[in-house]
Amino acid sequence: MAEVLVFVDHVDGAVRKPTLELLTLARRIGEPVAVSLGSGAENTAPALAEHGAVRVLTAEAPEFADYLVVPKVDAVQAAFEAVSPSAVLFPSSAEGKEIAARLAVRIGSGIITDAVDLEAGEEGPVATQSVFAAAFTTRSRVSRGTPVITVKPNSAAVEAAPAAGAVEALEVSFSEKATGTKVVARTPRESTGRPDLTEAAIVVSGGRGVGGAENFPVVEALADSLGAAVGASRAAVDAGWYPHTNQVGQTGKTVSPQLYIAAGISGAIQHRAGMQTSKTIVAVNKDAEAPIFDLVDYGVVGDLFEVVPQLTEEVKTRKG
Amino acid sequence: MSLRIVVCVKYVPDATGDRHFAEDLTVDRDDVDGLLSELDEYAVEQALQIADEADDAEITVLTVGPEDAKDALRKALSMGADKAVHVEDEDLHGTDALGTSLVLARAIEKTGYDLVVCGMASTDGTMGVLAAMLAERLGVPQVSLLSEVSVEDGTVTGRRDGDTATEQLQARLPAVVSVTDQSGEARYPSFKGIMAAKKKPVASWDLSDLDIEAEDVGLEGAWTAVEGATERPARTAGTIVKDEGEGGKQLAAFLAERKFI
Ligand SMILES: Cc1cc2nc3c(=O)[nH]c(=O)nc-3n(C[C@H](O)[C@H](O)[C@@H](O)COP(=O)(O)OP(=O)(O)OC[C@H]3O[C@@H](n4cnc5c(N)ncnc54)[C@H](O)[C@@H]3O)c2cc1C
Ligand SMILES: Cc1cc2nc3c(=O)[nH]c(=O)nc-3n(C[C@H](O)[C@H](O)[C@H](O)COP(=O)(O)OP(=O)(O)OC[C@H]3O[C@@H](n4cnc5c(N)ncnc54)[C@H](O)[C@@H]3O)c2cc1C
Repeated sequence: MAEVLVFVDHVDGAVRKPTLELLTLARRIGEPVAVSLGSGAENTAPALAEHGAVRVLTAEAPEFADYLVVPKVDAVQAAFEAVSPSAVLFPSSAEGKEIAARLAVRIGSGIITDAVDLEAGEEGPVATQSVFAAAFTTRSRVSRGTPVITVKPNSAAVEAAPAAGAVEALEVSFSEKATGTKVVARTPRESTGRPDLTEAAIVVSGGRGVGGAENFPVVEALADSLGAAVGASRAAVDAGWYPHTNQVGQTGKTVSPQLYIAAGISGAIQHRAGMQTSKTIVAVNKDAEAPIFDLVDYGVVGDLFEVVPQLTEEVKTRKG
Repeated sequence: MSLRIVVCVKYVPDATGDRHFAEDLTVDRDDVDGLLSELDEYAVEQALQIADEADDAEITVLTVGPEDAKDALRKALSMGADKAVHVEDEDLHGTDALGTSLVLARAIEKTGYDLVVCGMASTDGTMGVLAAMLAERLGVPQVSLLSEVSVEDGTVTGRRDGDTATEQLQARLPAVVSVTDQSGEARYPSFKGIMAAKKKPVASWDLSDLDIEAEDVGLEGAWTAVEGATERPARTAGTIVKDEGEGGKQLAAFLAERKFI
């Protein structure tokens, strides 16, 4: 069976969930060979093997952390040349897309970004994309070269499928361009203890209706009662009420959870672009005409400061 | 020496309009108004600020797109850019990301540049790949997704707010940067700016000006093929209740019924 290269997104050896989803999708079109780079790369092997990686190519070098993107492109290209895969898959993170973009140019192959599903087709893998703020679903394939495809988080249910996961060192010689953009400082983001926004099964978001940073605990309390991640609209973020990393929408994160709860959010097209594919959508808004109500499975027209705390209490009571 | 800045701007269908696909599965541009991608306004703004800080700078705005795409260039010129380049050719219809990056790279080389500024993503394709592709094709550093950017003594520095960390980046010019919508509000064109824009030069180039063969771009030359596009079925109308004091509890009952609690 043809081998499929899968780029591994990990933090110091801890594999992030979108990569496990990628391995699940990769098995539909071939045998996954994982490429794991940077500090802790070898430690990713057990999790990757557990989810179907037949081989794990690893490389550790200071260049991966000290310079932006290009060293990883050099490494993936080396893996590409060593394996001659039938497709190369990346998670749709900012970095994943950029590595994919440069690889596509180097190997002269077409690229599809932000796939939400992947199937084997007669002429190669067929990717489903959700476009125009999720108003349309397209099916595309790469028609020239080896398909380079990036896949959005939450696009597949992770399935375990134990495989050999044999670790092999990947030979990488860095190009002259690899050291072009220096990372002069890096400040890791502090963990809030809440689930990651793009990976969470439930997301509770607050918008301009929350009225101020001092009121966001109302949203957080509901999120915590449900074990959910906290999101925010751009209006709330721009006002400085919540960090930009929590923004949901076209220029923020795309989320596709089982349940999305919007509190005090009107539902502008750019916000919908980031949450419209959520399985169940709920909104609390005092304006019965708010466009968000066109999307909901359940909506409450009312003041969020009345409805949300009552809901939080009720969730706590029901959960015991 | 003058700092030559090229800003890549895309002409896109208005996101608040009814966007859809034409029969050949390319974007239907006839039914929806087009405009300068809002995310590229941030790129123009940062270019203007960088130019202000430089002793001597010249900003060229560049677009690859149909005839109407001139509107996007006019908007950028009225914000304060100095001149514009419009790459327009019938054979460009249906060009994908790889093809677009080829055309942009050739046009940038022909214009001459020290710094290329892109938006973080277009508002139609939203791929977010063009800046990286341009850096690769031009063989220069990529300093991308910046929420803060400055240029001094031939060095570009910027801040990139990533998923897991915030990074401070640095590269020597020439370079390609892209900026996010966190980089600072874009200015509105002034009346004076709008009047001045009418007199600014707009060069029109076609594929032969850039030595690109028609078969390497357009729908025929595309590296990707769209096989189908279907409109997402409208969501079935949900239940909407008015809060009469029990709204939170009613919502809890719905969530319990759906097994979220
Ligand atoms: C819904 C949809 C889905 C698509 N999917 C794919 C796909 O999967 N694969 C594929 O290869 N192509 C795809 N395309 C085509 C692709 O979007 C365009 O070919 C293209 O211009 C590059 O991608 P982008 O617009 O997403 O740019 P992005 O990479 O999102 O744009 C980043 C920046 O590049 C600059 N830029 C982009 N385009 C231009 C331009 N024409 N002129 C000047 N500057 C520009 C701008 O500064 C912009 O802010 C798709 C198009 C649409 C409308
Ligand atoms: C290029 C571009 C990109 C963008 N990207 C994004 C993005 O990624 N994400 C995003 O969210 N937006 C984005 N936007 C902005 C978007 O257009 C809207 O401005 C934004 O989503 C509005 O946020 P909001 O719904 O919180 O605020 P508003 O539209 O002001 O809505 C607030 C809502 O709260 C309700 N409300 C007020 N008080 C209460 C109360 N006490 N109880 C209940 N309800 C109450 C009001 O009825 C109203 O419906 C983008 C815009 C552009 C141009």
